[in-house]
Amino acid sequence: MVRVLFFARVREDLACGSLELPWPGAGYDLDTLQEQLCRERGQAWRDVLQQENLIRAVNQVVMVSNCPVADGDEVAFFPPVTGG
Amino acid sequence: MTAIEAITVSVQEGDFDVAGLQASLLAGRSEEGAVATFTGYVRRANNWREVHTLELEHYPGMTQGCIREIAVQASARWPLLAVAVVHRVGKLLPGDRIVWVGVAAGHREAAFSACEFIMDYLKTRAPFWKKETGPEGSRWVAGRQLDDERAARWCSDSSS
Repeated sequence: MVRVLFFARVREDLACGSLELPWPGAGYDLDTLQEQLCRERGQAWRDVLQQENLIRAVNQVVMVSNCPVADGDEVAFFPPVTGG
Repeated sequence: MTAIEAITVSVQEGDFDVAGLQASLLAGRSEEGAVATFTGYVRRANNWREVHTLELEHYPGMTQGCIREIAVQASARWPLLAVAVVHRVGKLLPGDRIVWVGVAAGHREAAFSACEFIMDYLKTRAPFWKKETGPEGSRWVAGRQLDDERAARWCSDSSS
């Protein structure tokens, strides 16, 4: 299983805070997971998950490029941060 | 790199007591010559829009780890004795305290610089998101270019 989390505007736009995906096996990666969500869940998800400033994290570390996703990993999608 | 003695991070809904935080930053220490602190408050208006409430969302777990990592980076750049960061989440009102950073060091330059570095990085790295509600409804606050520029200048700054 891969746990996928969404935060802030992304969570609201998708009306989804988290979901679980079965881990398909070795070779799975972040780009594939993201494209899978766009393909399986329709245009509204594609619009949100293809936003240019979307930030991606794997196991709570921000990823600037594609990376492997292993069984049990936690993936998150969120907008630019605005704390402080 | 000087090993830092103490890093304390708290992400909480409740308010905090600034004097108490500063006292606990110094508890059991005798070698500090300087403490720099920063307190951030919820503004009453943001870009001329009146703010009634501010809701702060975060990524539990990643937030604490990210702030701790920023404090570790600061302690690698300056000789620090202790760092404490408190950041509130949940629903806040104008005038409420939102964030506090305290840095204890032997000398003022390290304390001032590290405090500013931590705030600049916290604003651009830590996974918090602000949502404002005003007379015209709610909206997510957009990241500011200025904040990115302030954080980026530490990358090219060789003064430390």
